[in-house]
Amino acid sequence: MNDRAIVLEARGISRAFPGVQALAGVDLTLRAGEVHALMGQNGAGKSTLIKVLTGLCAPDAGQIKLLGREVSLHSPQQAQRLGVSAVHQESHLLPNLSVAENICAGRYPRRSWPRGGGIDWPETRRRARELLGRLGIDIDVTQLAGGLPAAVQQLAAVARAVAGDARVLILDEPTSSLDTDEVQALFRLIRTLRDQGVAILFVTHFLDQVYEVCDRMTVLRNGRLVGEYACSQLDARGLVAAMVGRELAETHKSTTPAPDTPDVPAALAARGLTRRGALKPVDVELRKGEVLGLAGLLGSGRTELARLLFALDSRDGGEIHVDGRDCRLEEPADALRLGLAYCPEDRKQDGIVAELSVRENIVLALQARMGLASFLNRGEQVALADRLVAALGIKTASIDTPIGQLSGGNQQKAIIARWLATNPRVLILDEPTRGVDIAAKQELMGEVMKLAADGTAVLFISAEIEEVVRVADRILVLRDRAKAGELPGGASEDAVYSLIAGGMTAGEA
Amino acid sequence: MKRLAQHALFWPSATLALLLLVNGVLNPSFLAISWRDGHLFGNLIDILNRAAPLMIVSLGMTLVIAIRGLDISVGAVVAIAAAVAALLVGGGFSADGAVASRYPLWFALGAALMVAMICGLWNGLLVVKAGMQPIVATLILMVAGRGVAQLLTGGQIITVYYPPYYVLGSGFLLGLPVALWIAALLWLVLQLLATRTGLGLFIRAIGGNPEAARVAGVRAADIALCVYTFCGLAAGVAGLIISSNVKSADANSAGQLLELDAILAVVLGGTALTGGRFSLAGTVLGALIIQTLTATIYSLGVPPEVNLVVKAVLVFAVMLLQSAEFRALVLRTVRARAGAA
Amino acid sequence: MKHPLLPLGITIGLFVAMAAFGGVRYQGFLSLQVFLNLLIDNAFLCVVAVGMTFVILSGGIDLSVGAVIALTTMISAALLQAGWNAWAVMLAVLAIGAAFGALQGFLIQRFGLAPFIVTLAGMFLARGCCYLISTESIPITDATYTAIAQARIPAGLDASLTVGAAIAIVIVLAGMRIAHATEFGRTVYAIGGGESAARLMGLPVAATRVRVYLLSGFTAALAGIVMTFYMLSGYSLHAVGLELDAIAAVVIGGTLLAGGVGYVAGTLFGVLILGIIQTLIAFDGTLSSWWTRIVVGVLLLLFCLLQRLFEARSRRTA
Repeated sequence: MNDRAIVLEARGISRAFPGVQALAGVDLTLRAGEVHALMGQNGAGKSTLIKVLTGLCAPDAGQIKLLGREVSLHSPQQAQRLGVSAVHQESHLLPNLSVAENICAGRYPRRSWPRGGGIDWPETRRRARELLGRLGIDIDVTQLAGGLPAAVQQLAAVARAVAGDARVLILDEPTSSLDTDEVQALFRLIRTLRDQGVAILFVTHFLDQVYEVCDRMTVLRNGRLVGEYACSQLDARGLVAAMVGRELAETHKSTTPAPDTPDVPAALAARGLTRRGALKPVDVELRKGEVLGLAGLLGSGRTELARLLFALDSRDGGEIHVDGRDCRLEEPADALRLGLAYCPEDRKQDGIVAELSVRENIVLALQARMGLASFLNRGEQVALADRLVAALGIKTASIDTPIGQLSGGNQQKAIIARWLATNPRVLILDEPTRGVDIAAKQELMGEVMKLAADGTAVLFISAEIEEVVRVADRILVLRDRAKAGELPGGASEDAVYSLIAGGMTAGEA
Repeated sequence: MKRLAQHALFWPSATLALLLLVNGVLNPSFLAISWRDGHLFGNLIDILNRAAPLMIVSLGMTLVIAIRGLDISVGAVVAIAAAVAALLVGGGFSADGAVASRYPLWFALGAALMVAMICGLWNGLLVVKAGMQPIVATLILMVAGRGVAQLLTGGQIITVYYPPYYVLGSGFLLGLPVALWIAALLWLVLQLLATRTGLGLFIRAIGGNPEAARVAGVRAADIALCVYTFCGLAAGVAGLIISSNVKSADANSAGQLLELDAILAVVLGGTALTGGRFSLAGTVLGALIIQTLTATIYSLGVPPEVNLVVKAVLVFAVMLLQSAEFRALVLRTVRARAGAA
Repeated sequence: MKHPLLPLGITIGLFVAMAAFGGVRYQGFLSLQVFLNLLIDNAFLCVVAVGMTFVILSGGIDLSVGAVIALTTMISAALLQAGWNAWAVMLAVLAIGAAFGALQGFLIQRFGLAPFIVTLAGMFLARGCCYLISTESIPITDATYTAIAQARIPAGLDASLTVGAAIAIVIVLAGMRIAHATEFGRTVYAIGGGESAARLMGLPVAATRVRVYLLSGFTAALAGIVMTFYMLSGYSLHAVGLELDAIAAVVIGGTLLAGGVGYVAGTLFGVLILGIIQTLIAFDGTLSSWWTRIVVGVLLLLFCLLQRLFEARSRRTA
């Protein structure tokens, strides 16, 4: 393995931002024809390193060598010209331009001067089709990119990234929004590129994906390099230990299920809940003190169901009863008033108000429920915030720090604190541990189970089946935007997977 | 001293103080206040009186900008409100030579304010229900609104002959202009609402991250509607004061460029154009700065046209100071120079 | 999935409908000269609206164009009065307009300032400079200018165009070419579609943004030159509120104010629609001129609501 040509060599990369040393003396070696994983918890420095490698951010110290020559990367344009391309997590393509244009943007083929000198559109389309074809993708290149599903956009984005004879391809969390089939399609593409000699840097949270497609890995922790390993050298437990710095004990749910009280109305019950294009009619019931796990692939309707229950999206049919009563549930403010709480999937977009302080973020929902009539004065706000910060172990300089300065995990805890402050009857958690480091994950799950023990009904949504199975009293499985079935707590992961797979027999998938 | 400088109101206050100082040095009688005709009299009082309508409109604009909105139709609403009031008051001479108003004063004023609120509500509905960008939604009323005002006045300037109407713009209460009392009252009400109820927190949350605020249960749509309606109401009040001051309603020029001055006042006062944190007191100071500037230029004998250039320079200066990139650039340059020295 | 040319089709359809309405209702409406007059009377609006189209496509806005037009007429008149050569004056004001625009673009790009407020201040500045030059109107008597102002280009059927209208047509064609066939034009669309994505793709976002405002300043200055042919005077109160008309023309032409979607050809028809409203009202003779503002406002409302409807519909079916 080690005799492959080194394409990119980064040594001693350091970068500081106000208040935090994001990277300190990190090394990275990428070889041609190799898929290299970049691993680390949140705050380990992965995104900063990627910004440095793609020219978005200049390092304070260290050097980068491309094919033996030292380079200084100062813009994405220049990095791409030197052969370092990236497909970033958030934005893939420009939705208002065609696929062909997205792929060729910035490098359009031109007509010769006698014929006008403008962009040669037929050639552009031909080139795009050829590039996609080389990677085994066949789509209509004249379509506007915005009309394509996210997975296809991503494949086209990869095609663009390698179009300019890229030597290094960086994929930043490419599988976060993909389902199993789409992940496999992406992996086939990665293997094709690898075989063509491209050096690929693959950043992901999913450990199994690392072992499936990567050859080597570099582990970061707290901005420092822990080590570089071959995937065959380091197993999953060892990898986790390297990332976290300690071996982890697993938490198990205490196996006393909530007493079955069929006469008491469910805390939250929905019948025939549906929304066009998002969810087919589904019945859901959440009982007091119970953790209901919601499992299913991406796109199966998990988040859509949660959003409908909380009235974030308007439902096209069905009714929702809280504590047995029919009620007005048109917008989140109504849901809040009825004792519902929703911790959204995307905390940056739907969760935190970055400029407001930790205290203000925590009291926001409670104050919203109290409306304009009554007011939590400063003393009450401080007391509430202090109590919750301590209870959840939120690491912050003070409760008046703008919440945007906290790490992802602590922001997540603060959002949960916000909802806990409202003493909810029903708590909906949508991927509460995504992007959160392992230690914080444990603490959060502990809190959730404590809540359920105190009588709150919890709806726990997660992509990690293993997590759901460990924690839930009952598991509701969704498939293709409809209910696939229900399983009792303690069911095996296999049982969940087979419900998700549905009609497929083993060996098909 | 450094902590004082970091206070949000430092720069607006310092600017205002500087302006007054310059005036006082170059023209000592500028700062003189005397008691005449049963009220305070002097240049400063004049400034306060003329700044009042701008203060009022700017207060409304502050909240709109804080929720990431914008209302460029306030000038048109001023014209409409003035037209409605002037039409309803009119003021011809009655048989016995006394001046009467066509409708009772309270009715005329009430109707004008009601129409102004409807204008604000209209803007709010376009933004909230139709999902239009605020600049577009309010652009429509800005374009069409003047046409409507001219329609109401028939293209004429309507003179108001009814003396009680003049109280708003030219009257005095306890020595200070009535208009100032109105502005102060409005400010007080808003300040109480912002600090003693959840409204301040909600507005800052909506401006900081509208989707997150909605998920957190804030009734963002209702609040936005209220804020736009209030902005319309504020413009209406300002329109009444302005037309009362000039004793007429001119649909063409009433409130001309007022939206620009209002936005400038809000920005000078430290409210971020991107939404979120806002400062009512800062806006009031901003309005005073603009008015003092106009008065300074006038009293110094400089051609009034210079006013626009000075306002432009002020806006550029404040915008640059609010820009993080600019501050970073300045810091780097200063540090580099200090390092080289 | 709606066809991307649909908004343009609606705009053209509206224009045809209005023309048909006029032809049916008023005698002599459907003459070639009446239609050419639409272009002649609104030539400067057309020129500046082309520049505004690019700015709006990039997701920005330029409120200073009306003031720059006025400033151009003012500087032209003053320089001509001082004895400058006509062609030198035209080159000079074009350079000034472009520089003004580029400065605004630089401030917006380099310091992350909101386009709205920067161009607002630019508007103050330009108008203020106008007043500083002169508060009165300065007549233009230069021979070259008067010759150009009076020149008529025959367009068949006893109808003719002014030089200004011809310039407008050229600018529209040039704008269409730039938008469709140059890297600059496509990058403008890209920025409007998603600035951070465009930047990550390595597109020259910063340079393009500065250039877009330079283009806007340039077209504003060119529109100012056309206005000097039309008015033969420099006056600080020229083109007050013209930026709003330009924005209205662009929106009615089918360009989304959020950026990324739209055609220069649409803007041409937007200008023609604004012109035809005024012509209809003039032909009517009984309606006062302020009805124009109300009708434009209503049209703007309808088009914006239509845009919202299409967006909502396409999001639902996606």
